[in-house]
Amino acid sequence: MKPTDTSDPEYFHRVVDCQYACPAHTPVPEYIRLIAQQRYTDAYLINWESNVFPGVLGRTCDRPCEPACRRGRVEEEPVAICRLKRVAADHKDDVRDRLPKAGKPNGRKIALIGGGPASLTVARDLAPLGYEMHLFDAQAKGGGFMRSEIPSFRLPETVLDEEVGYVLDLGIKATFDTYVDSLQSILDQDYDAVFVGTGAPRGRDLPNLPGRADADANIHIGLDWLANVAFEHVKKIGKRVIVLGGGNTAMDCCRTSRRLGGEDVKVIVRSPFADMKASDWEKEDAIHEGIPILDNHVPKEFVVEDGKLAGMRFEKVEAIYHEDGRRELVPTGEDLVFVPCDDVLIAIGQENAFPWIEPTTGVNFSSKGLPVLDPLTLQSTCPNVFFGGDAAFGPENIITAVAHGHKAAVSIDLFCSDVDLKMRPAPHVTLISQKMGIHEWSYDSEPVDDKREAVPLVALEKALKDRSLEVELGFDLETAFQQAERCLNCDAQTVFMPGNCIECDACTDICPTTCISFVENAPEPELRQKLLVPATNEEQPIYVSEKLPTGKVLVKDEDVCLHCGLCAERCPTAAWDMQMFFYNTAKAAPILGEAT
Amino acid sequence: MSYIKPNFRHPRLPTNALGYTVADYDGSISTLCAGCGHDSISAAIRNACFLSSIPPHRIAKVSGIGCSSKMPTYFLGKSHGFNSVHGRMPSVATGASLANRSLTYIGVSGDGDTASIGMGQFIHLVRRNVNMTYIVANNGCYGLTKGQDSATADEGSISKYGDVNAFEGIDLASLALLQGASFVARSFSGDKEQLEPLIRAAMGHNGFAFIDVISPCVTFNNHVGSTKSYAATRDHLDVMPLDFVPMREEIRTQYSEGTSKSVTLHDGSVIYLHKAETGFATDDRTGSLNAIQKAKEEGRILTGLLYLDPDTQDLNHNLDIASRPLNELGKDELCPGSKVLNSINEGLR
Repeated sequence: MKPTDTSDPEYFHRVVDCQYACPAHTPVPEYIRLIAQQRYTDAYLINWESNVFPGVLGRTCDRPCEPACRRGRVEEEPVAICRLKRVAADHKDDVRDRLPKAGKPNGRKIALIGGGPASLTVARDLAPLGYEMHLFDAQAKGGGFMRSEIPSFRLPETVLDEEVGYVLDLGIKATFDTYVDSLQSILDQDYDAVFVGTGAPRGRDLPNLPGRADADANIHIGLDWLANVAFEHVKKIGKRVIVLGGGNTAMDCCRTSRRLGGEDVKVIVRSPFADMKASDWEKEDAIHEGIPILDNHVPKEFVVEDGKLAGMRFEKVEAIYHEDGRRELVPTGEDLVFVPCDDVLIAIGQENAFPWIEPTTGVNFSSKGLPVLDPLTLQSTCPNVFFGGDAAFGPENIITAVAHGHKAAVSIDLFCSDVDLKMRPAPHVTLISQKMGIHEWSYDSEPVDDKREAVPLVALEKALKDRSLEVELGFDLETAFQQAERCLNCDAQTVFMPGNCIECDACTDICPTTCISFVENAPEPELRQKLLVPATNEEQPIYVSEKLPTGKVLVKDEDVCLHCGLCAERCPTAAWDMQMFFYNTAKAAPILGEAT
Repeated sequence: MSYIKPNFRHPRLPTNALGYTVADYDGSISTLCAGCGHDSISAAIRNACFLSSIPPHRIAKVSGIGCSSKMPTYFLGKSHGFNSVHGRMPSVATGASLANRSLTYIGVSGDGDTASIGMGQFIHLVRRNVNMTYIVANNGCYGLTKGQDSATADEGSISKYGDVNAFEGIDLASLALLQGASFVARSFSGDKEQLEPLIRAAMGHNGFAFIDVISPCVTFNNHVGSTKSYAATRDHLDVMPLDFVPMREEIRTQYSEGTSKSVTLHDGSVIYLHKAETGFATDDRTGSLNAIQKAKEEGRILTGLLYLDPDTQDLNHNLDIASRPLNELGKDELCPGSKVLNSINEGLR
C-alpha cells in the first residue's frame, strides 16, 4: 500500500468523522471545545459561519454527524452534538457586532426564489460581497419549511425570527406574500443570476383509495396542514386522528394533533417500525406523548358513514427481505383492520413541483421531475439559473439545503466574475502542534468516561396544552460542560514523521485502543488483516507511513483512535505530534471564524 | 495533562481461551522514560501471558530495585507481586516457589540488580533450578542514577559522558549456561516477534528459564558509540526466530524439513526453531557457549533460544516437596497428631 499523503487536507478531514459527515462540514470538535471553555459566542459563530442557523439546527437538525461520531464506536452513544449546538445558541451574547455587513455594491443583482434555508444561505454568502439580493417568497415571513413545517413546540418562532433576521439584515430586499408564478418573468428582468430554492412543496396524497373524495373534508395533506397550523389558519382537529406515514413530517403531524384537541392519535405506517424514515429520537418523542405507532399496516379504504369519515381499513402485512436488498410487504392474510377516526393526516412523502418554470427558460428536467444540474456547481441547463435545497435533488433536510446554498453562492460568484465554475476555491485549512510540555497538550486530551444524557423535557401535561411551548428545555450549563467533554477531539490529529522514528514500539505498546501496528507492508486488504486488531471497518481509513529503517511500515487504523495523545507522549523522538486541524470549506463570503 | 491511561479499549479486541482480552493483562501506565526498551518488554510479557491464556491471578511477579524492577507495576495489574530488596529477588522467588508451587513466577531484574549487587543470589537461583521465568532488562547502564556504566556494559562502549568502558562486560547468558541453567535465551526489546514466543516457552518450561533481553536506555545509552542503542543493536543482531505452540493448540503451520527443528516441552507444548540450517543445536550446552563466544568475536549478538533441557527437574522436585502447594496444606496435614507420630516411631524400632 502506498504511503498516506497527509499533505492532502482531505485525509485529516475524513478523520474528523462528525465534520466530514456534516453536509456543511461544520467544525464540530472546535465549537464543542469552545462550549466547554464557556465561550458560547465564539462557538455560535463557528457554527453560524458554516450552517447559518445554529439555533434552528441545534433543535431540529437530522444530525448526520451523530451516527458518524467516533465516540459511538468506542462506547455506546455518540456525543450529543446537536443539543450542544443549541447550548451555544441559547447562551451566546449579542453577536450582531461580529456578523458581516452588506458589502459595497458591486453592481450585480441576484434573484432568490423561495425564502428557505438554501436561499437565505446564498444571500448570507453573497450580500457581504456587495451583491444586491432580491428574495421572493409566498409566505408572510422568511424561513420556508423551517417556519411552515416544523412545529413551534420544537422550534420557537423567536429563534427562527432571530436567525432569519441576521440574514435579512444584510440589506436583502425581500418580497413576501408573493408567489412567483413564472421563472421567465424573473429572467426577463436584469438579474445576473437566479437561485431557485423553492423546496419540495407538494405533499403526496392517496387519490385512488376508496372513499378519498367522499371523506375529503376530514382528510388533510400533512405538509399543508402543518403550514396552516403554523400560520394559524387551523386551530383544532378531531379527537380521534390517524396519521399516515412514517417520516419526520408524520411525527410532527401527530404531535401537533395532540396539541390541537387530538386525544386518540395514532401513527399508522406500512413499513416495520425499524424501517421507518423518521429519526429514532422523533419516534421516541411521539411515543412519549402517548401516540402509538402501528407498523405493518397498509391503508386500504377510507370508510364513510352518513357522508362523513368514520375510519379507515388497513391490511396487515409482513416485510420480507430479499437477498438483493429488496423489501417486499406481503399480506398476512388476516382480516382487514378497522380503525375509527374523525380526521386523517396524510404524511407519506413530498414531491418537487415546478409548474412555474416554463420550458422556454431552457431549464431542463429529468424524467423524475427534478432539474438537470451539475452536482459540483448546482448550475442548471440555463447557465444563470442555479438550484439548491430540496428543489435541487428532492427532499433532504435543512443542513443539506445550507450546504447547497454555500455551494451555489460560490458558483454564482464565479459565474458573475467570468471564472470557470469548476475552479472551486480550496478549503481554509490550518494544522498546528498542540504540544505544551512532556505530558501536556493545549486541549483536554484525556477521554472522560461520562455517558450521554438526554435533554430534559417540560412536563407532558403542560407541553400538550400549549402548541408553542418548547418541549425540550436544553442542557443546563453544567451538563453542557460534561457532555462537551465527551468529545474525543478528533481534530487533534496524530501526525507521524517517519524520519524521526526509531521503532522502539512505545506508541504501539501504550495505545489504549490498539490502533498502531508496525508490520511489513502489503496491499490494503491484506494489510488491514495484519494489524494487531484487524482494521475491519472499511469506512475508516488506515494511515500507512513510508518504509522505516527495519523495512516495516507504521500503520494506524483511524477507526477507534481516542486522540488521547499518549502515542505522542510516549514517543522519545517526537515522531508523533498532536496537531490541531481546522478545516473550513470555502465560501463565497470572506472567512469569519479562524481557528482559535 | 495525562498520566492516566484512558479506560476505553478497542471494541473488537480478540479474546483468549479464558475469554480475557489483552487489556485484562494491562498494568498501570508506565512512568519510565518515553521510548524505554523496558516498556516493550512489559508489553511482550503482557502479550505472552494473554496468548498462553494464563489466568492473571495465577501469576506472581517478583523484582528487585531499578528501572527494570519498577516494570512489574506496568503489566499484569491483577496478578500477585513482590518488589523486593536490591538484588534479593532470587531469595524471595525461591521461598515463594517453595510455598506455592502452583503459580507461574515471572522475575524481572536489570543488569545492576542481577550482575552487580544481586550476582551472589542470582547464581544460586540458577544452580537450584527454581521453576520461574527470569528476565533481565539489560541496558548496560544505571539509568536510574544518571547512566553510569553497569557490569554488563561492553568493553569499548562509550558512555553518554564520553568515557570509554575499559572492562569486559559480564555475559549473563554464558554465565547461566556455565552454572547449568536448563533454559537460556537472549532477545531484544525491539523484536517482539522473537521475545513473545521466548517468554511463552520460558513460562511453559519446568525449571529455571533465563532470558537476557537487550533493552536500550533511551535516555542514557542510545547515542552513537553505545553498543546497546536501538541502532547498534539492530545493526548487529543475529536472530534465530522461533514459534511457540502451546500443548492444547492444534499445530496449523507446516514447516519444511531442514529449515526448522522442534523441541517438545514437558507439558506437550512445542517450540519451533527456525534457521536450523546453521547447525545450531539447543541441546548442546558446550556448543551454545561456543556459538555465543564466536558471535561475540565477530561483533554479532546471537539472539534466540540458546539452550534448553526439556526434561530437567525443578527445585520442588529435587527437594521432594509435597505435590500440593504448601500454602494449601491445613493444620491436620501439617500436624497429623500423636497417632501418626507413634506409627513413625514404631517404624524406627
